[in-house]
Amino acid sequence: MSREIVVNVCMDTGGIASGSLEVMEAFEAEFARAGLTASVEKHCKLHRVGCFGFCARDVLVNITIDGECITYQYIKPDMVERLVEEHILEGNPVVEWQVDQEYEDFYRLQQRVVLANNSKIDPENIREYIDIDGYGAINKVLREMTPADVIECVKASELRGRGGAGFPTGLKWEICARHKDPMRYLICNADEGDPGAFMDRSVIEGNPHSLIEGMSIGAYAIGAHTGYVYIRAEYPLAVERLNKALQQARDNGFLGKGIHGSGFDFDIKVKLGAGAFVCGEETALIASIEGERGMPRAKPPYPADKGLWGKPTIINNVETWANLPPIINNGAEWYAAIGSENSKGTKVFALTGKIKNTGLIEVPMGISLRDIIFDIGGGIEGGKLMKAVQTGGPSGGCIPQAHLDMRVDYDNLVNVGSMMGSGGMVVLDESDCMVNISRFFLEFTQAESCGKCTPCRIGTKRLLEILTRITEGEGRKGDIELLLDLANDIKDTSLCGLGMSAPNPVLSTIRYFRHEYEAHILHKHCPAKVCRKLLTFFIREDLCTGCGVCLKSCPAGAVSGTKKNPHHIDTSVCIKCGACYDVCKFKAVLKE
Amino acid sequence: MITLTINGREISVSEGTTVFEAAKELEIEMPTLCYEPRLKPYGGCRLCIVEIEGIPKPVTACTTPATENMVVNTNSDYLYRLRRTIVELLLSDHPNDCMICTRAGDCTLQELAYFYKLRENRFKGETRKHDRIDENPFVKREMDKCILCGLCVRVCDEVQGVNAIDFVNRGFNSNISPPYEKDLDCEFCGQCVAICPTGALTGKVWAGEGRQKNVKHTETVCGYCGCGCNVTLHTVRDRVVRISSKRDSHNQGWLCAKGRFGYEFINKNDRLKTPLIRRKKGGELEPATWEEAFDLIVSRFNSIKKKYGPDALAGLASARCTNEENYAFQKFFRAVIGTNNIDHCARY
Repeated sequence: MSREIVVNVCMDTGGIASGSLEVMEAFEAEFARAGLTASVEKHCKLHRVGCFGFCARDVLVNITIDGECITYQYIKPDMVERLVEEHILEGNPVVEWQVDQEYEDFYRLQQRVVLANNSKIDPENIREYIDIDGYGAINKVLREMTPADVIECVKASELRGRGGAGFPTGLKWEICARHKDPMRYLICNADEGDPGAFMDRSVIEGNPHSLIEGMSIGAYAIGAHTGYVYIRAEYPLAVERLNKALQQARDNGFLGKGIHGSGFDFDIKVKLGAGAFVCGEETALIASIEGERGMPRAKPPYPADKGLWGKPTIINNVETWANLPPIINNGAEWYAAIGSENSKGTKVFALTGKIKNTGLIEVPMGISLRDIIFDIGGGIEGGKLMKAVQTGGPSGGCIPQAHLDMRVDYDNLVNVGSMMGSGGMVVLDESDCMVNISRFFLEFTQAESCGKCTPCRIGTKRLLEILTRITEGEGRKGDIELLLDLANDIKDTSLCGLGMSAPNPVLSTIRYFRHEYEAHILHKHCPAKVCRKLLTFFIREDLCTGCGVCLKSCPAGAVSGTKKNPHHIDTSVCIKCGACYDVCKFKAVLKE
Repeated sequence: MITLTINGREISVSEGTTVFEAAKELEIEMPTLCYEPRLKPYGGCRLCIVEIEGIPKPVTACTTPATENMVVNTNSDYLYRLRRTIVELLLSDHPNDCMICTRAGDCTLQELAYFYKLRENRFKGETRKHDRIDENPFVKREMDKCILCGLCVRVCDEVQGVNAIDFVNRGFNSNISPPYEKDLDCEFCGQCVAICPTGALTGKVWAGEGRQKNVKHTETVCGYCGCGCNVTLHTVRDRVVRISSKRDSHNQGWLCAKGRFGYEFINKNDRLKTPLIRRKKGGELEPATWEEAFDLIVSRFNSIKKKYGPDALAGLASARCTNEENYAFQKFFRAVIGTNNIDHCARY
C-alpha cells in the first residue's frame, strides 16, 4: 500500500531549545530501524519546519498520513519509537499525546497570513515554497503590473509598517519612487531587539522565501536593484536559513540579473548587526550598514528622501515584507477587509509573561485584548488576578485590566499610552510591582541609549535612579511629579524613537497605577511584595516546624532557634535577601 | 529661494539652508552646544529645538532644512522649559569644577548655566568618572567634563581626516575615546581642543598659565610656514600663554600642531634674539647689530662674486617663508647676484 506520510517537526530556535533536534534524530533512527526511508521518493517525508506558534507545548510534531494530520505535543526523543510503531506503521494515533481542546482554542481566534506556511514547509528547501505557489506573487508583479500598479495595490491594502510606528507602507514607497535620484535602496529591518519578541525570527526561520519574495516586490515597485537584510547576529539559525534561501533563490534565477526571466535586476545582501538595540531605529541601522557607529540621524530628511549612502531608501521590517506576497496574491481588497478601521490585516504577537499559553500568535487587527489574553492565551497562570498587559517592548506601556475590552490596533494602543511596537505582549499579574516593572524597562533603555542626545543619555539615567530609589524605600515626596516632568521633557526633546518612547513605561504606570507609586513613597510599602528593601520577613510560629532549613540558608545569621522549636528572624540583622522565604517548605516564612 | 517665517518675521533663503542658519540671518539667537557651521549638521545636544507649525514635536533647528511657507517659533515658555531641563541634565553629570577649570569664563556650558540660573539641580545622581590621565604630550583630556556634543569627533573626521577618536560604550557610559581607550596618539593638530565647548579638552602647554584676567589678545600671522595662518596670541605681560585662531580668518580658525602648541620657545631665555658674528677666527660667536650683520654679508658676497664669479654662490629658500618672501629671495639671487643656483627645502 502506497501511503503518503509526512512528519513535520518544529525546528525553529524555540523548538530546538526544547529538544527538537534530538526528536528529529530519533525519527530518523526509528525510520531506519523500521525500514522506512525518510525521503520524498518513498512517499515518506521527514520535515523540519518553522515555529507552530504554541511554544509552551514544544516539541510539537505533525504526523500527516494521506492528508489526515494529527498534532502531538511535548514530544521527547523516547516517545518517538511508539509514535512510529503505533501511528505510522499500525495506523493507530497515540491519543494521550495528541494536542487537547486548549490547543485547538489557541488557534481558534487566530488568522494566519504571515505565519500561514510556517509549520507546513521546510524553510531550507525552495521547492517546497514553490510547491505552495511561492514566488507566484513576484511573477504576477513582474509580468502583469507596472511599478505604479504595485504601489497602488499596497496603498489600497492600507498596510502599515509592522516595525512599530505604523507608517503607511504604500505611501512610503510612493515618496521614494517619486524621488528624482534613480539610485535607490531597499532594506529589511530584522534587528528585532525587544526583550521577549521573536516574530521576525520565526518568519525568517520558518519561511525565509516569503521575505525574499516580499522584498523583490518592493524592489520592483520602487526601482531598487540592491536590498539589504540587517539581521542581528544573535539569530544564528535565522541567518543560516536566510543565507541558504538567498543562495537557492540565486541558483533558481529568482535573484540576480533579470530575476524570474524578466529584465529586472535585484539581489539581496545580508548585514549582521552587532547587538545594539538602537540599530533597530532606521537611521541608526542605515549608519550601521554604512560602517559607522549605530547612532540615529536627525529626521527630516527621511530615509525615503536621503537614506543609505545618501540615496532614497525604503526600510520595512520582516513582517511587513512578508505581508506582501499574500496581498499581491489575494488582492488589496481582501487584505483591507481584515482588521479595524485604521489598521488593516493581521499582526503577529509574541505572547509571554504570566499567561498559560505562551507563544507566537497572529490575530486580525481589532481583536480585543480580552480575546488575546483569556481565549488564545488561556488566562493567567496559577489562578492569579491579571493586573496589566505590557505591549510594545521597552518603548511601550502597561495597559491596565480596565482596558481589557479595548480593540488592539495602532491608534488605540497609542491612545491608552502604549504602542504596537514590533509586537511584544507581556502579561502581568497581581504579583508584579508596577514600579519595579517600569524600573526594569528603564534599565534596558538606559543601557541601550546610543549616547548621542542629552535627554536620552542622561535623562533616562535619572529616571532610572529615581525609580530605583523609590523601589528601595528612598522615594521622596514630589518624586512622582519629578518623574512626570522629566519623562515628558525626554519625550519631547529626544532625537530618535528610542528616547521619545523610553519614558512610556514610567508614564503609563503612573497613569494607571499611581497608587502603587504612592504606597512605595509615602508608606514605604510595596503592595505586590516585590521590592525586597520594603519588605519585612518573619516566621509564623504556628506554622514553623523548627526544621532549621531557613537558619542554614540565612547568609546574615538573622535566623535563630533550636531544632523542632519555632524559629525567629531578627529584623535588625536581616538583609531581606529572601533566602528563608524561598527554602521554607511549610510556608511559615512570611513577607509583609 | 525659499520663504519662511521665523518669530513672525519673513525671510528668503536659498534651498538647503537650515532653520538655524535662516534664524541666524535674522539675528535670532538660539542656545546650542553641538552646532558648528564648518561641520555637517548633527542634532545631538537638542538645545536649538524650535516649534514648527504642522510638526507635533519640537525639532532641532540645526538639522531641519527650511521649506517653503514654514512657520517657525524659536521662543516660548515651553521651549525655555525644555532647554532648561537639557542644560540641567548636562550639569547633573558634570563636575562642579569651574573654580579651577581652564575654560572658566570661556565655556559655553557655564554660560548656559548662568543664563538658565541653574544653581540647584533636580537630577543629582551618579556622574561619569574619568581618571584624567592621558600621557600624550599636548592634549589634556578630562572626559568627566565631556558633554558628548561630538564636535571633536566630527572635526577629527570631517576636517582633519584622521579619525583618531570616536564614541565608545553606550547609554550613560558613552564616552569619547581613542581606540581601545588607550592614550591619545594622533598628529596633535589640536582642532578638537579648539572646538570643545567645555573644559574636557584643553592644551597641556597652557595649563595654569592664565585664563581670562589680564590676558591680552594680539592678532598676528603664524611664522611656521608659508600658509600664513592667522593666529591670536594670548599674552600675560610679556609671556605668550596660548595661541588660538579665529574662525573668520582665511584659515577658518584651523591650525596645525606647530602653530597651536609650538610656541614655548618664544618664552625661553636661551632663544636667539640678535644676529651673532664670529669676529675672530676660532673665537666665540658674539652678539651684533643687524647693520653689522648685513654689512658683513654684503661684503662677503661681493668678494666671493668678484673672485669666483656669481655661480660660486647658491641660495636655499625655506618653506617657513611666505610666497612673497621666496619670490623676492630668488629674484635677489637671479637679478642681483646673477646666478640660477636657487633651490627650496620643499624639493627634498
